[in-house]
Amino acid sequence: MNEISITQILFVSTALFFIGMYGLFTRRNMITMLMSIEIILNSVNINFVAFNKYLYPGKLDGVFFAIFIITIAAAEAAMAIAIIINLYRSHHSIDVEDADEMKY
Amino acid sequence: MGPYYFVLFVPLLPLLSFCILGLFGRKYIKTMSGTLGVISICISALLSLYTAYQYFFIDGKVNGIYQHIIALKHTWLQFSPGVSIDMGILLDPISVMMIVIVSFISLMVHIFSLGYMKGEERFATYYAFLSLFTFSMLGLVLSSNIFQIYIFWELVGISSFLLIGFYFDKPSAVSASNKAFIVTRFADFGFLIGILILAFYSGTLDFGTLIQRLTSAGSSPFFEIHSATFLGVSMLTWGLGLVFIGGAGKSAMFPLHIWLPDAMEGPTPVSALIHAATMVVAGVFLVARLFPLFSIDLTVLQIVTWVGAFSALFAAVVACTQTDIKRILAFSTMSQIGFMMFSLGVSKYGGESGLGYTGSMFHLFTHAFFKSLLFLGAGAIIHFAHSNDIRELGGLRKLMPVTHMSFLIACLAIAGVPPFSGFFSKEDILMAAYQSNKLIYAIAVLTSALTAFYMFRLYYSVFWKRDIHPHDKTHEEGTVSMKLPLIILATCTAFAGFVPVSSWVTSDGVPLPSHIDAGFSVFPVLMALTGIGLATYLYKTQNSRPQLIKSAFGSLYRTAYRKFYIDELYLFVTRKIIFNGIGRPAAWFDKNIIDGFMNGLATTTAKISGLIKGLQSGKVQNYALYFFGGIIGLAVLFIYLMK
Repeated sequence: MNEISITQILFVSTALFFIGMYGLFTRRNMITMLMSIEIILNSVNINFVAFNKYLYPGKLDGVFFAIFIITIAAAEAAMAIAIIINLYRSHHSIDVEDADEMKY
Repeated sequence: MGPYYFVLFVPLLPLLSFCILGLFGRKYIKTMSGTLGVISICISALLSLYTAYQYFFIDGKVNGIYQHIIALKHTWLQFSPGVSIDMGILLDPISVMMIVIVSFISLMVHIFSLGYMKGEERFATYYAFLSLFTFSMLGLVLSSNIFQIYIFWELVGISSFLLIGFYFDKPSAVSASNKAFIVTRFADFGFLIGILILAFYSGTLDFGTLIQRLTSAGSSPFFEIHSATFLGVSMLTWGLGLVFIGGAGKSAMFPLHIWLPDAMEGPTPVSALIHAATMVVAGVFLVARLFPLFSIDLTVLQIVTWVGAFSALFAAVVACTQTDIKRILAFSTMSQIGFMMFSLGVSKYGGESGLGYTGSMFHLFTHAFFKSLLFLGAGAIIHFAHSNDIRELGGLRKLMPVTHMSFLIACLAIAGVPPFSGFFSKEDILMAAYQSNKLIYAIAVLTSALTAFYMFRLYYSVFWKRDIHPHDKTHEEGTVSMKLPLIILATCTAFAGFVPVSSWVTSDGVPLPSHIDAGFSVFPVLMALTGIGLATYLYKTQNSRPQLIKSAFGSLYRTAYRKFYIDELYLFVTRKIIFNGIGRPAAWFDKNIIDGFMNGLATTTAKISGLIKGLQSGKVQNYALYFFGGIIGLAVLFIYLMK
């Protein structure tokens, strides 16, 4: 079995990124959008870990960054869910299309 | 030279009375307001008499020459060293004479109005305006600075506007006040430019310095203003000519006279004030004030002469055909002011040849008395008979004996019959004209004969013509306050000619001996008597002769009756030419080009914003999309394009 090349890993990461992006733009449900953002973050994590392994094998900087991002993602999820709950209270919906008062 | 600080109170007292009456008159001191106005102007008149006494008899003269005394001077606006607008008081023979005339005539008008305006709704306002008018004119004659005179000049304009339009519920009064204001304001524009030209070349606004710099031959301002030309005419001529336009506007000289006959719409005592003491003599005063300058520019003097002489004759001809008492008097004022103007025009500076100047000021002095008397008499007649059309009046001599006598004296004075005041001043003017220009002299004599004719036409039509039965006497002639000014003014009119004005008021301050050349006077007096005789023949009794003459003259009579269609000409010029040729294109330009540009700007902005406002959709995913698009754009830019 061959060694997994960085190209393949980057391919997976890019695919994840665009899947997340697609979800972010097409889903109207805010929970789904939050999940899409998590996917985007994870694609970035993969990048960090992969580059760390292939470019600087003796160091741990990229891994640390991945852990940071996971932490921040957790915090962000908490924030986002709080926002979603508040939105639901005021609009009785978690559809982003319904929350478009802030316009021209 | 004694201190003349007290002269400050001469104009300030009417101002004070204006402030008090204007602020509190209508509510608190309605009944007292007439008395208050009379008291303030009375003190003012006494102070000016005292000033005149002090100036002419005690200390005005140094080495036989009357001095120019700056009694007070306060620099109000300093533009640059030497150029400042001052508020000052200048005392010289003409200003001292003028404050006496103005305050005295104004006092008479104030007293007369007590009876005339009794029961008027806006009695206090009327007195407030009268005080303002008096204040403006007193300030004007005392001005020591050419810009100060301009300020008071405009104040005179606005107060005459207020008084002419006093009955503002009458549309004719409103349009008359607008006409007076617009015409004089139009002329004042010329005055302002004239001031700027004179001030530019002399580098000062002060009268004394300005005259001294521009008249001393050899100095650089003198040289510059003579050598600089515009359209082939020297700047001195331009400046003085423009100043004269301002004076002609206020003094109702042809062709800016059109406001004067309509100014009759105000209360009659106001007409007395406008015609005798304030307002119309301002133009004559202005020319006299700047006379040393005018006298070195013969072109402008010629203009002054001919405008004055033409106005005098023109107005006299028109006055012969009018039927409204006040209009006849208005045109006679224009005619007499014309006399004063051309008298200044034919005069020279200094010595015996300055007789025209003296004559003009003398005539201003006597004219103030008899013209105010005529107008107050007309006021009494209108008050009594409730009509100002001479065709409806008649036979009033028995019903109004005091008015009749005083009116007769005034008519004799204006006709120039000795020994009444008008004779003496007119003789001076005729003599000056005779010495300088025979044609002007001929016009003047003809005009004074016409004057005698139309004044006695008025006199006979009002007081004789038909008999009135005793039972027609429905009410008294007028209150004491109306008769008293008539009697005082009649006395003044009868005797003012003996006042030796020529020994006080001369062009250079050196007294002239007063002289009457009996031989010279015969011809003008005969002409005046002929005029009176003709009027007696035609108008003393009701007959058909005037009608015959009227139809004999036909279209000429009609033309004169319609005031030579000058008003129609103005209307034609304004309505047809200015409105259509300038007004409408300007309005079109304003509406379409100026407004169009602004509107176009606004519409374009609105359209663009309508196009792009969709971007601001409020939808969070759109924003994310823009953000992402932006990042892609930047990535492309930095990675591929800016390698």
